[in-house]
Amino acid sequence: MKMTVSQAMVECLKAEGIKVVYGYPGAAICPFYDALLDAENDIKNVLVRHEANGGHSASGYARISGKPAVCIATSGPGAVNLITAIATAYADSIPIVCITGQVNTDQIGSDVFQEADVTGAAEPFVKHSYLLKDPEDVGRVFKEAFYIAGSGRPGPVLIDVPMDVQKMMVDFKYPKSCLIRSYKPTGKGNAWQVKKVTDALRTAEKPLICIGGGVFASNAQQEILELSEQLRIPVITTMMGISVFPDDDPLYMGMIGTHGVTPANRAVNACDTLFLVGARVGDRAVKTPLALEKTTKILHIDIDPAEIGKNIGADYPLVGDAKLVLGQMLDHIKEKPMDIKASRQQWLDELDSYREKIKFKRPVRGTVNPKEFIEKLSERLPENVNICADVGQNQIWASRYKFKKGGRFLTSGGMGTMGYSLPCAIGARMADETRPTFAICGDGGFQMNLMELATAMQYGVDVKVIVMTNTRLGMVRELQTNGYNDRQTAVFLDGSPDFVKLAAAYGIPAVRVTSNKSAEKAIEELATHKGTMLCEVVVDKDFPTL
Amino acid sequence: MKHTISVLVENHSGVLSRISGLFSRRGFNIDSLAVGPTNDPSISRITIVADGDEHTVEQIEKQLNKLIEVIKVKTFGRDDFVARELMIVKVDAPAEKRSEIMTIAEITGAKVMDITLTTMTLEICDRYDKIARFENVIEPYGILEMARTGTVAVERGSEYFSAKK
Ligand SMILES: Cc1ncc(C[n+]2csc(CCOP(=O)(O)OP(=O)(O)O)c2C)c(N)n1
Ligand SMILES: [Mg+2]
Repeated sequence: MKMTVSQAMVECLKAEGIKVVYGYPGAAICPFYDALLDAENDIKNVLVRHEANGGHSASGYARISGKPAVCIATSGPGAVNLITAIATAYADSIPIVCITGQVNTDQIGSDVFQEADVTGAAEPFVKHSYLLKDPEDVGRVFKEAFYIAGSGRPGPVLIDVPMDVQKMMVDFKYPKSCLIRSYKPTGKGNAWQVKKVTDALRTAEKPLICIGGGVFASNAQQEILELSEQLRIPVITTMMGISVFPDDDPLYMGMIGTHGVTPANRAVNACDTLFLVGARVGDRAVKTPLALEKTTKILHIDIDPAEIGKNIGADYPLVGDAKLVLGQMLDHIKEKPMDIKASRQQWLDELDSYREKIKFKRPVRGTVNPKEFIEKLSERLPENVNICADVGQNQIWASRYKFKKGGRFLTSGGMGTMGYSLPCAIGARMADETRPTFAICGDGGFQMNLMELATAMQYGVDVKVIVMTNTRLGMVRELQTNGYNDRQTAVFLDGSPDFVKLAAAYGIPAVRVTSNKSAEKAIEELATHKGTMLCEVVVDKDFPTL
Repeated sequence: MKHTISVLVENHSGVLSRISGLFSRRGFNIDSLAVGPTNDPSISRITIVADGDEHTVEQIEKQLNKLIEVIKVKTFGRDDFVARELMIVKVDAPAEKRSEIMTIAEITGAKVMDITLTTMTLEICDRYDKIARFENVIEPYGILEMARTGTVAVERGSEYFSAKK
C-alpha cells in the first residue's frame, strides 16, 4: 500500500504489537509523531519529561512484558539525551528499540542545527543500529530491529531516520519474517555437552547454582527452580538474578558480591562446582574470578559465547538459551536418573550453618532503619510486586526485599544509572497494571528523575515512590568515609526540597516516615492506596550500606 | 603473539567503523587492518593482524562475531596461509648510491617505480617479515617517505574461506 515512511513506521509498530511508546518530540521527528496521532487508538503515546527517562520506561516495560519496547527522541540533543538509557539497557541486555529523528539526508555531515551523529555516538552501546536512508528499507529495517533486539542476547537497537525520509512515499508491506545471514543466535545447547554438564552437577559434592539476569531474559525461572529442586542444589544470584528464587525457598542463599549477603558469599567460597546460568561474573559479583576458577569447577551457560571465558574460565562451557538448555538438562535427568550423592545433605547442612538471623540496629531518633523498613514492606505487599530500585545505598537496602514467587526486582545492575527507578517503574507498571509497582530511590537519584512524577500523573500510572532521604549521596559518602579518611566532599544534598510538599505540588499524596510506628502506618497506606503516592523515609546520614 | 584474522562482512557503510571501534574500546591491539571488496560484491573482506595471547584472540573472534554485520571470522594458524603486504618507499638516492640500491632491490625482490636526480621510489610486495628485512637494509640510505598497506592473507591448500560454507 502507498503511504509515507512515517505511516509505514507506525504500521511496523502495530505489526509488532506495540501498545505504548515513550518519547519526546522535536522538529526532526515531527512527521513520525504526526503519523502516530492517527494511530492513537492503537498506540498510547507517552510524553516523558526527559529522553533518558523515556528509554528507562521502555526498559521497564520490556522487562515485564518480555518483549522489545519502544522509545522515541528527536535529532541532536534529544538523541544524545537518550544515550544514557541506551547504555543502561545495553549493560543489562534489555531489548528496546529506539527511534530517533535525524536532519535531512542532504544535510547530514554539515553540522546543521540539531545534527548529531547518534548512530556513531551510540555505537558502543547498541546491539545494532540503522541509519534509514532508503524509504524502501523501512519494513526490513524495523523487522530486523525488533528481531535483533529481542532474540539471542537481547539489547538496544537504534533506528535513526532523517526527516526527509520520514516524509517520502513508499509502497509498504511489512515483511513476515527476516533472514539475516550474519546473525543466527543459538537456541539449544550441544546435546553431548548438556549431558556432561548435567552429570558434573549430579556427581559434585558441593555444587552451587549462580543465577544471573539471563534467566529472566530467557524466561527460564521455572526451569531453574525445577533443576535446583530435583538435584537439591543450593542457589545464589547476582543482582540481576534477584527475585528468580523466592526468598523463603530452603535452597536459596541470596545475592553474592561486594554488596551481597554473607551466606551467599561464603557459599561461593565453599562450593566445589559453580554452575553459572546467564551470569557474566561482573566485577561487583565476583571480585577475584581468577582465584575462584582455580579452586572451583566452573560450568557456564550463556547465550552469548563471548561471555564464556571472558571474566572467568569455564571447565564446561555451554552456549545456548537458558530455557532450552535447562529443559534439555531436565530431560536428560528424566531419561537417565541417578542417585544424588548422599553427601549432598552434608553440603546443605553446611550452608544452613552459614545462615544468620538478621537483627536490626536501633536507628538514631527521628530516623528509621531502612533495612527494617524494606523487610516490613516485603512482609506486607502481595506476591506479584515490581520493586524498581535506584542506585546507591538505597539499592542495596532494597535488594534485601524478601521476594515471593512472581515478584520482580528491577534495577540498573550493569551500568548503575542513578535515576533509573522511577521511569523504569512507570514502564513496568504500564506493561502489566495488575502488578503493584514500587520505585525505591535515594534523595540524590530521585532528584535525577523526579520530573517523571508529572508523567505518572498525566497518564494515571499507579506507582508508589519511596525516597530514602539521608541528605547525602550516601554510597559515595561511605566511600569517602572508608577510603578517603572521611574527607567528605560533594555529597551533601543540602538544597533538597521538602519531598512531601513537592509531591503535593504534583497533586500526589505523600507521607514522611521518621519512626517504626509511622513506618507501619505508611506501609499500610502504600499497600492499599489506589494511585500514585510518595513516601519519604528519613534515614540517618551515617547509616551504613551493609 | 601476532595473529592474522580474516573477517567477511556485509559491504555496508559503517561496518569498518564498527570494527575499528570494537578494537579500540575493548583494548585489542591492531598491527594492521586491510579492507577490500571480494568476488561477491555484497561482501567485503577485512584482514586484521592483531597482537595478543590466546585469550585475547578468542575474545576478538567472539566479539567480532557479535557484530550483526560480521558474517564469518577465521584466525589463521601459524604457517598455513599466504600473506602479503605492499610497501612503497621514497629513498635518498644520489647518483653514486643508485647501483647499490638497485642491487638491494634485486636481492629483495623490490621494484623501482620512479627515479629522479636525487631520489628513487621502490615498491615491495611480500610477507611482513620480508618487508621488515627490506626496510632494515634500505633505511641507512635515508627513507624520505613511506606508505604501506596492511596484510592480506588467504589460506593455503584447497580449503577456502567463504560466506556460503
Ligand atoms: C548517573 C550517575 N551519576 C553518579 C553515580 C555515582 N553514584 C553511585 S551511588 C551515588 C549516590 C547516590 O545517592 P542517593 O541517590 O542519595 O542514594 P544513597 O546512596 O544515599 O542511598 C552516586 C553519586 C551514578 N551511579 N550514576
Ligand atoms: Mg541519599
